Amino acid sequence: MNGHTTISRRTALKAVGAGLIVAGTGAGGLVYGHNNAWAATAENLDADTFATLVQMSRDTYPHDRLEDKFYAAAVSGLDKAAKDDVALKTMLTDGVAGLNKAAGGSYSGVTDADKRVALLKAMEGDGFFQKVRGNLVTGLYNNKEAWPLFGYEGASADKGGYIDRGFDDINWL
Amino acid sequence: MATFDMNDDSVVVVVGSGAGGGTLGAELAIKGVKTVILEAGGRHETEDFQNDEWGSFGQISWLDKRTTSGSWRVAKDFAGLPAWIVKAVGGSTTHWAGASLRFQEHEWKAKTTYGDVAGANLLDWPIDMAEMDQWYAKAEDRMGVTRTNGIPGLPGNNNYKVLEAGAKKLGYKEVHTGRMAINSEPRDDRAACLQIGFCFQGCKSGAKWSTLVAEIPKGEATGNLEVRPNAQVLKIEHDDTGKVTGVLYADKDGKQHLQKARVVCVAGNSIESPRLLLNSASSKYPDGLANSSGMVGKNYMRHMTGSVYAVFDKPVHMYRGTTMAGIIQDESRHDPSRGFVGGYEMETLSLGLPFMAAFLDPGGWGKDFSWWMDNYENTAGMWLVGEDMPQEKNAISLHATEKDQHGLPVPNVHFDDHDNDIKMRDHAFGQGEAVYKAAGAVKTFRTPPYPSTHNLGTNRMSAEAKDGVVNKHGQSHDISNLFVSDGSQFTTGAAENPTLTIVALALRQADFIAGEMSKGNL
Repeated sequence: MNGHTTISRRTALKAVGAGLIVAGTGAGGLVYGHNNAWAATAENLDADTFATLVQMSRDTYPHDRLEDKFYAAAVSGLDKAAKDDVALKTMLTDGVAGLNKAAGGSYSGVTDADKRVALLKAMEGDGFFQKVRGNLVTGLYNNKEAWPLFGYEGASADKGGYIDRGFDDINWL
Repeated sequence: MATFDMNDDSVVVVVGSGAGGGTLGAELAIKGVKTVILEAGGRHETEDFQNDEWGSFGQISWLDKRTTSGSWRVAKDFAGLPAWIVKAVGGSTTHWAGASLRFQEHEWKAKTTYGDVAGANLLDWPIDMAEMDQWYAKAEDRMGVTRTNGIPGLPGNNNYKVLEAGAKKLGYKEVHTGRMAINSEPRDDRAACLQIGFCFQGCKSGAKWSTLVAEIPKGEATGNLEVRPNAQVLKIEHDDTGKVTGVLYADKDGKQHLQKARVVCVAGNSIESPRLLLNSASSKYPDGLANSSGMVGKNYMRHMTGSVYAVFDKPVHMYRGTTMAGIIQDESRHDPSRGFVGGYEMETLSLGLPFMAAFLDPGGWGKDFSWWMDNYENTAGMWLVGEDMPQEKNAISLHATEKDQHGLPVPNVHFDDHDNDIKMRDHAFGQGEAVYKAAGAVKTFRTPPYPSTHNLGTNRMSAEAKDGVVNKHGQSHDISNLFVSDGSQFTTGAAENPTLTIVALALRQADFIAGEMSKGNL
C-alpha cells in the first residue's frame, strides 16, 4: 500500500514471531548494546547493520511504550528479505554505512536524539530511508503484539462484535 | 446454479459482479433472462472474510498493475494503487461502508444548476429525480436501507457520538446515524449488525448488503444465472455489422475462452470498464468500442475527499462498531456563497491501527507522527465526500509500454484536482475541524485523500451521442447490444456515496434490457 515499497504482509507477520533477545532503551531513545545485542537475531545482515537499523527504526517512529523487540521484529523482516534479494542487502548495508559516515563514525553512537533525527531528515528522500520507513508501516504497526499497547483490540467478530462490548460506551461527552 | 455453454449466444454476459453488475445480473435472472456474470476475482464467502486490515487487503483488493499521473497526491503516495477497490465476487460491495443516499434534485442537472465552470466538462444527466424516484425506492427496499421502508436507524457508536456532539454544538441540524444498507434488525434472511467494525474488510455477520450475499444468491436460485469467478475479460468481440457477439476472457490459469453473448453489459468499475472498451479496439472501431464521442475513459471523477482525525483527552475507541456510523448532511447543499459549486457530506470513518499508520499522513514520520499513533485510542475520525468536477483531461488511458499478466496494456489513471475541488476540500477540512473542536478536541489533523473508492464518469451518460458514451438506459450510443452498468456511466458525481444510485440504475437497466429483449429489439 505504501508508495515506496511493496508491502509484504507475510514478511511482516513472520517477523512478529521471531525469537528476539531483550535489549533495553536508555536516555534519548538510545538502544542499548547496539554493537552486539542483535547478533543472534541478524540472519543475513551483519550485527552492526542490524543494530543500526533498529536504532534508526526507533528514531523514525519513536514510541516510549514499545520495547526494542518490536523495532527489531520489523528489522527482522528486512533481514529475512535480504536473504534472496542482493539489491536489498546492498541497499541496507551501504545505507547504514552512509548513515554512520554522516554521523562521523557511528549513528548509534550519537547520544542526542535530535541530532540523530537531523541525520535522518537529511536523507529522507533517499531510497534507503524510505525502504526502512516503509517497512515499519507494516512491520511495526501491523504487529499484533503491539496493538494492545496502542489500545487497539484487533479482530472482534470472533468475540461477537462490540454490540455488547462497548461500541457506545463513551461517557465523557 | 445454472451453467451455460460457451457457444450459447442467447445469454446476456455481464462483466463484473459488484453493485452494478451483480445487481443487474441477478435482476435479469429473476426476470427470466439467461445471464452469465464473468468476475475477474475469486469467490470469498462471508466466513472467509478477515477482521484484519492488511490480511483482507491482500485477499480482496484489486492489485493488478496500474499507473498514475497528474498532480493529485495519490499519484505520489500510492503511485501503483490509484483505487482502493475489490477484485472478488461482489466487487466493491464487499468493501463498501453501506452509506445509501439519494442524489438531490439539482445534482441531476449540474450544468444547469452550476452554470459554466471554467475547466469543467459539466453536463446534465439525461434522467432526473422524477424518473429515478421509483428506482431509488426499489433499490432501498432491496438493500434494506435504514430510515427507509420503516427500517430503524442503526445505533450510534462512540465515533458517531463524538461527531454528533460537535455537530450539534456547531448548530448543524441534519445529523443522524445515516441511511445504511446494514441491517439494524433481521431482514431478508440476514441478521442484524453486531457492531463488529471491519465493514471495509467484508462483513462477517452478513448484516451489510452486498451483491455477494444479497443479490447473486437470489439470481442463482432462479436457475437463470451463472457466476463464473476468476474470469478476467480481455476483449469484447463484434461482427461485421458492428454488434457485439461475445467476450474473450482468461481463466485462473490464464487459459483463454470465448463466451458468446446476445448482449454484453460492462460493469468492471470506472477504471476497468473503459480499459476494456479501449482494449477492444478493432479495424471497425479503431478508437475502441462505443467511443465515437471520444469520451471513453474521459471525465474521470473520484469525489472530492479528505478526512479529519481528532484526538481527545479521553478514549473514543472509534474502531468499535460500524465504520461509517453517522453523517452530517448540512453541507451537502449547493450554496455558491461558500466559494464553490456543489456540496459535500461529512461521515464518520474509522481505521484500525495498521491502516492509520498507512493513511493518516502517507510518508509521514518522526515524533509528530508517532504522537498521533500514541493517541490512537483517543482518536475520532470523519470522511469528507463531495461532488468533484468532471474534467476531460482526467482520464483512464492505456499505458504505452506497461503490460499486465495477459499482455494487455495496463490502465493509467490521470487526475488533477479542479480549483472547485480544492476550495471545497479546504472548506470541508475547516468544518470538520470545527466539529471536533466543538466537541473538545485536543488536536486535529487533515488527512489527504485515500486511493479512490468512488471511481466514476469514464463512460458517461448523455442525451446526445457526441457528449458521452451511453444513453439514458446505459446503452451505448454506438452499439445497441452493448451496455455500461456501473458507476462509469455517471454524468456527474453528486455529493453522495454512489452505490445506491448504481444499484437503482442497474435495476432500471434490467427492466429496459428485459423489455427490449421481449420486444425483439435486442
